[in-house]
Amino acid sequence: MTINVHYKLTRMSVESDKGSYHQRVFMISPEKTHAEYLDTILAHHQHNANNLLQILIAAQDVHGYIHSDAIDHLSEQMALPRSKIEGVAGFYSFLHLQAAGDYRVLFSDNITDRMAGNIDLMKSLCSQLWVEPGKLSEDGLVCVGTTSCTGMCDQGPGMLVNNIAINHITAERINAIAELIRERVPLSAWPASFFAIEDNIRRRDILLNSQIQPGAALKAMLARGDNATLQEIKTSKLRGRGGAGFSTGMKWEFCRDAAGDAHYVVCNADEGEPGTFKDRVLLNGYADTVFEGMTLCARIIGAKQGFLYLRGEYRYLLPHLQAVLQKRRGQNLLGTSILGHEGFDFDIAIHLGAGAYICGEESALIESLEGKRGTPRNRPPFPVTHGYLNCPTVVNNVETFASTCLITTHGGAWYSGIGTETSCGSKILSVSGDCERPGLYEYPFGVTIAQVLADCGAQDTQAVQVSGPSGVCISADEFNRRIAFDDLATAGAFMIFNQTRDMFEVARNFVHFFAHESCGFCTPCRVGTQLLSNMMDKLADGNGSPYDFTEIEKLNVLLQSTSHCGLGHSACNPVLNTIEKFRPAYDKRLAHKDFIPAFDLDRALSQARQMTGRDDTGAHLESSHESK
Amino acid sequence: MNQNKTFTLDGKTIPYTEGQTIIQAAMAAGEYIPHLCFNPELKAHGSCKLCTVKANGRQTASCTQQPTPEMVVESDTQELNDERRALLQMLFVEGNHFCPSCEKSGDCQLQATAYVLKMMSPHYNQFYPDRPVDASHPEYLLDFNRCILCSLCVRASRDVDGKNVFALSGRGIKSHLIVNAKSGQLADTDFCDADKAAHVCPVGVILKKRVGFATPIGSRSFDELPISATPHPQGACPVCPRSDAATLPPHPKSRGA
Ligand SMILES: Cc1cc2nc3c(=O)[nH]c(=O)nc-3n(C[C@H](O)[C@H](O)[C@H](O)COP(=O)(O)O)c2cc1C
Ligand code: SF4
Ligand code: SF4
Ligand code: FES
Repeated sequence: MTINVHYKLTRMSVESDKGSYHQRVFMISPEKTHAEYLDTILAHHQHNANNLLQILIAAQDVHGYIHSDAIDHLSEQMALPRSKIEGVAGFYSFLHLQAAGDYRVLFSDNITDRMAGNIDLMKSLCSQLWVEPGKLSEDGLVCVGTTSCTGMCDQGPGMLVNNIAINHITAERINAIAELIRERVPLSAWPASFFAIEDNIRRRDILLNSQIQPGAALKAMLARGDNATLQEIKTSKLRGRGGAGFSTGMKWEFCRDAAGDAHYVVCNADEGEPGTFKDRVLLNGYADTVFEGMTLCARIIGAKQGFLYLRGEYRYLLPHLQAVLQKRRGQNLLGTSILGHEGFDFDIAIHLGAGAYICGEESALIESLEGKRGTPRNRPPFPVTHGYLNCPTVVNNVETFASTCLITTHGGAWYSGIGTETSCGSKILSVSGDCERPGLYEYPFGVTIAQVLADCGAQDTQAVQVSGPSGVCISADEFNRRIAFDDLATAGAFMIFNQTRDMFEVARNFVHFFAHESCGFCTPCRVGTQLLSNMMDKLADGNGSPYDFTEIEKLNVLLQSTSHCGLGHSACNPVLNTIEKFRPAYDKRLAHKDFIPAFDLDRALSQARQMTGRDDTGAHLESSHESK
Repeated sequence: MNQNKTFTLDGKTIPYTEGQTIIQAAMAAGEYIPHLCFNPELKAHGSCKLCTVKANGRQTASCTQQPTPEMVVESDTQELNDERRALLQMLFVEGNHFCPSCEKSGDCQLQATAYVLKMMSPHYNQFYPDRPVDASHPEYLLDFNRCILCSLCVRASRDVDGKNVFALSGRGIKSHLIVNAKSGQLADTDFCDADKAAHVCPVGVILKKRVGFATPIGSRSFDELPISATPHPQGACPVCPRSDAATLPPHPKSRGA
């Protein structure tokens, strides 16, 4: 509301010579004010329903939320039902249908942020601004809350202010931010140092050491021939770096051979798995290589259009990425007749996400690219045959595309000679948590956990979470295990926990993450992740019993076998893993041998006691268990 | 069409035609597979997961999975029924389902399926969500407390009525049904009794006013025969509500409208 009024007032002052205050208020109808900025946005996106999410993100930028009148205008101009627009907006956590504050502050809430004290920092900011977490301040100025991992674990604790990342948050920085917000200093006038983001590349191998000149891989492909290049990629035994590890050469070949009106290339830069941040660094320092990999793919599968799906948290990268694309167009590495080859036409558009981890799942990502709610599709059919607009589509991870450039310039045999027999080439790890030098570490596949721990200066390590919450938790007796598809497969996250850390709290944080990010489509995951969260909270409250373990195991079986997608399948992993390996962390919380309900009669009376100001024995029930 | 293709369902041979899903072929053969978000007249959704079967050893939703020749499908097994019961319990605790005071009682597929699967208690802690009802429409009441997010009304309104009266919004446990009006009220949409969407809700959300107890408790759809024992003429499921009742044989126990 406030912002809207602001907006109207500024318009009024500009036009104040044209009428009295009251006249202006009535003459500028809300529809008109919304139409003004929306029409520009709509024109930019060709009024295309496939761009609905992009249109909503742009519309929100103007007022900080999507005004109800704005939806009227979009609905009319795009010929879309209002229910559809609200349904889409309601799915993404960065989009708001109600005023959400001139300043929207979200603290990253990954376990690494927790370990770095994010909750106390958030409390401090809230008390300085006189707001409650998650609630808009009464004057509509500010809202402070938490969000899932923002991909800055090497420089946390992190936060987003109006979707722009700020890291290395300290108590001093919080004081400064509180002051800036109170003084209503626009974000653009905040100290530039707040927005500095480091790459923290600590160990380089073939990919991070490469200095492929823009166009070199394309020239190598054109010289060698498309089929021969595809053959090199198959020879390299490159497997997807986004988690599932599917053969990249085969994916491209299936897609090329699939019939369709058009073919599409999609680069998955959603990087939502907590603890993963390597794609951020690749896009910052190696954007040319990533775009060139997409262009190689386009040539091989016959695509004219590509998309980079960039998570909303990385929005600060957008100007840089647009500039690289523009430069490549100027160099004839994108556009029509690329490098003078008649018919080699390809361009790349960047689509932003808006705070939804599930949009990293490839079919949900495609739904989101089509401007819809990010719900995973029924599979089969798979994207290679029925992807974007139901056309054959390759979806690959950022690191996968970058690797194809290396293979094209150096050859598949060279690449397959690096790493292990079944896991060829290199893998970039995003190292964070308890170590001296967090950041990016690139290794040939096959490196042991112990080696990584030694290199990053980790001491007294209790556990490592490999591949994020959906991955696996490794204890000290397993540190000789290797990063490889047939041992510890990983999308890159490597979170380190020393002996002082409570592994129960680690698992609880991950379970809350899954519950927050469940798309809600299927019953087992929508309700099951919430039940699991509640159970972990119950244990944390000291109301656990071995009975709860059996319940958690039953939930796990149910989610594994009936969930619609990978999120539900892996949602119980963190708990099962830590129960198995760090049982004492749970036993501490099992005050009871028999089942205890989550509900405590005596505690339920506490509100009544507070209201009546009583605390005598008569105001207490004999509790079924001691509340602590 | 090739009629000789078959698969087996719990040992029984089931014929199917190309394009049919497992549940469609099973229904055509008079076999019951528990389901909630599937209605033969609408495009399958695959979200409630009640219809989960084991097809050649792999668990999958039978309303979206097509059979392959000689596929071995298991459905009525202890393991699967235990899982279905757990899914039902999840749906019961997620919403506010007070069957004795619900006017859909006896006609409700959630309740009837829970009886068939011998669900004796909700098992999990209730969520008791706060979901206000929408009584704005002169003819219909929306009691969101009972919504199981099956999206049948969404599909019916969009694909049959061409109206988009309903849509899903929110995410995860905060997913919820919305209607196509700026006010958020059903009265401000073009919803009407003739809509397909008015007649597909498997539970007691979309309720016609003033006829709630026209059919007394005791003579409702599932009062005499369990949901699993109702025959399946013409490959359609008679227990799934439908609006074109006039063109089809009368429902075993009319639901009042
Ligand atoms: C819940 C979920 C989240 C995912 N998130 C990502 C992601 O952020 N980035 C990514 O590249 N792949 C992600 N994936 C994997 C993708 O579905 C897909 O397999 C991958 O993008 C394919 O690219 P690749 O073959 O190069 O790995 C996710 C999968 C699931 C089930
Ligand atoms: S498993 Fe979870 S995230 Fe995946 S479709 Fe089901 S509700 Fe959505
Ligand atoms: S109102 Fe009824 S039909 Fe619509 S989603 Fe909810 S339960 Fe399904
Ligand atoms: S009936 Fe198949 S998933 Fe709901």
